[in-house]
Amino acid sequence: MSEHAVVVDRLEKVFQVPERDPGLVAATKGLFRRKTREVRAVDAISFTVDQGEVVGFLGPNGAGKTTTLKMLSGLLYPSGGEGRVLGFVPARRQREFLSRITLVMGNRNQLQWDLPALDSYELNRAIYRIPREEFAPLRDELVELLDIGDLVRKPVRQLSLGERMKAEIVGALLHKPQVLFLDEPTIGLDVTMQKRIREFVADYNARYGATVLLTSHYMADVEALCKRVVVIHHGRILYDGPLAGLADQFAAYKTIGVALENGGADLSRYGEVLHTEGDWITLRVPKAETSSVTARLLTEEQVLDLNVEDPPIEDVIELVFAQERPE
Amino acid sequence: MSVVPEVAPVREAGRFRSMVDLYVTTARTAVSQQFQYRTANYFYMFGMVAEPVIYLVVWTTIADQQGGSVNGLTAGYFAAYYIVWTLVRNMNIVFGAPFWEHRIREGDLNRDLLRPVLPLHYDIAYFAGWKVVVIVLWIPLAIALSFLFDPALSPNAQQVAAFAIAIWGAYLIRTMFQEALGMLCFWTTRGAAIFDLWMTLELLLSGRLVPLPLMPDWVQEISRFLPFQWAFYFPIETLVGDYSNAELVRGLLAQLLWILIGLAIFRVAWRFAIRKYSAVGG
Repeated sequence: MSEHAVVVDRLEKVFQVPERDPGLVAATKGLFRRKTREVRAVDAISFTVDQGEVVGFLGPNGAGKTTTLKMLSGLLYPSGGEGRVLGFVPARRQREFLSRITLVMGNRNQLQWDLPALDSYELNRAIYRIPREEFAPLRDELVELLDIGDLVRKPVRQLSLGERMKAEIVGALLHKPQVLFLDEPTIGLDVTMQKRIREFVADYNARYGATVLLTSHYMADVEALCKRVVVIHHGRILYDGPLAGLADQFAAYKTIGVALENGGADLSRYGEVLHTEGDWITLRVPKAETSSVTARLLTEEQVLDLNVEDPPIEDVIELVFAQERPE
Repeated sequence: MSVVPEVAPVREAGRFRSMVDLYVTTARTAVSQQFQYRTANYFYMFGMVAEPVIYLVVWTTIADQQGGSVNGLTAGYFAAYYIVWTLVRNMNIVFGAPFWEHRIREGDLNRDLLRPVLPLHYDIAYFAGWKVVVIVLWIPLAIALSFLFDPALSPNAQQVAAFAIAIWGAYLIRTMFQEALGMLCFWTTRGAAIFDLWMTLELLLSGRLVPLPLMPDWVQEISRFLPFQWAFYFPIETLVGDYSNAELVRGLLAQLLWILIGLAIFRVAWRFAIRKYSAVGG
């Protein structure tokens, strides 16, 4: 039986958000009676992540992804439920816990802005109490893996976004964390840099058996790294399972690609024609009718080639995100 | 549901040695960073000299008009007091309460909280490193002021030793109380009014505005029971005044007491404050 590195049990976070109408009258009223609204950012979610597993944590903006990661990394106190990471309760913020995890936020800078990254790494060595004899080889290995040998001597402020992100990742992994919370680590990066970081995360996971919980709006990240995804929306979990199963649950249609002997025949009677590219025609048909439409095509048309596919993952995710808040 | 039950302790060197390493490394980082901004630091110090020079000119003029002294304090004493003042004032610049507002609002605290060390340690060590730069930059400034104002300064070895400790005591007292005060930022985003009130009290009761013997007796009495003078007047007087050895030791012990009181307030406030944190700003 595999062991869970992360256990989330009915975890919730409620924020009290002050609010008032615009204008002077409302501002004056606010002096005497402050109005607040309760925002349930994370609503009693439960899931587990096995040791060494890489899980995609997906959801639209404001779904509760980052709030969950912040609770699991000890930044936020939960309003209810419990989270455990490597057996620790994150909110207690024990030194042993913080020394075993890392949280990389793509939009935040954690290195010293005015100094070369090497100085920040040295600071991390002291903060995480990394023995010197282990520190230097690991630092050099990570620097080499991410190919930033020349950059770590430049002040961080002079690095490009992608270069800085790679330098950030090295800094975040120097203490060899067993659990990585990656919050949009490839945001704003070009495709080459995204690919490089994806490969690095996969390599780190394979090399050290680290557990990874990854949020990203780039499906390429998720497809490359995660066999399993947890989808959160309006603070609740909508789906937890294999990435491949997402379409089964949420997509109401499949696509049928077909090539005919007589090229550009009109196939609109079989389903919605999405596009035609040379002899290849792509149709969208309701999931329940896929078998019957395929059978009709094969008997009624002179088919050279045919395949049935789930819709692209981006389209499925779009469908999931479009769901209304459940009551 | 299986959970990883036990976690072996992190392999680490001795706790004390690790903390010393953390402090030295952080301070070294601060020195590197602040030397990069040496020109800005110098201009900052020049700007800061304006305040004591004004006080010095005013009191020297009054002393001259009153036959050489005010309440027994001579022009030479004022010169010595305000020249030493410049260093003590610089030692008093710490991770202040308003910085907490910035740290929380901008989300910088997220980074600090992810580290397995209390942010207070980092703040103390970082600003201590900065102080090293300040002291180095202060020396030529003090020499120039001494040529200009002829201070009456002839401390003995015990006084110099006590001063060397007292300026760091002042630094720690002010750090503890400013950090404790900064905890208010977890409850309100507008702590500035409270910080200003605190600063006003500090200005009046610390010896920053005028040497405490020039204040009314009741003010001097009140200030004995508050932390302010131990972070300002006392360290200046260790070098400028005529404290006996026993008074020097008592003063240093009083500083230690205020450091511990400030630390205790901070620790209690921190325990409650961190539960209020909403980790905004990424």
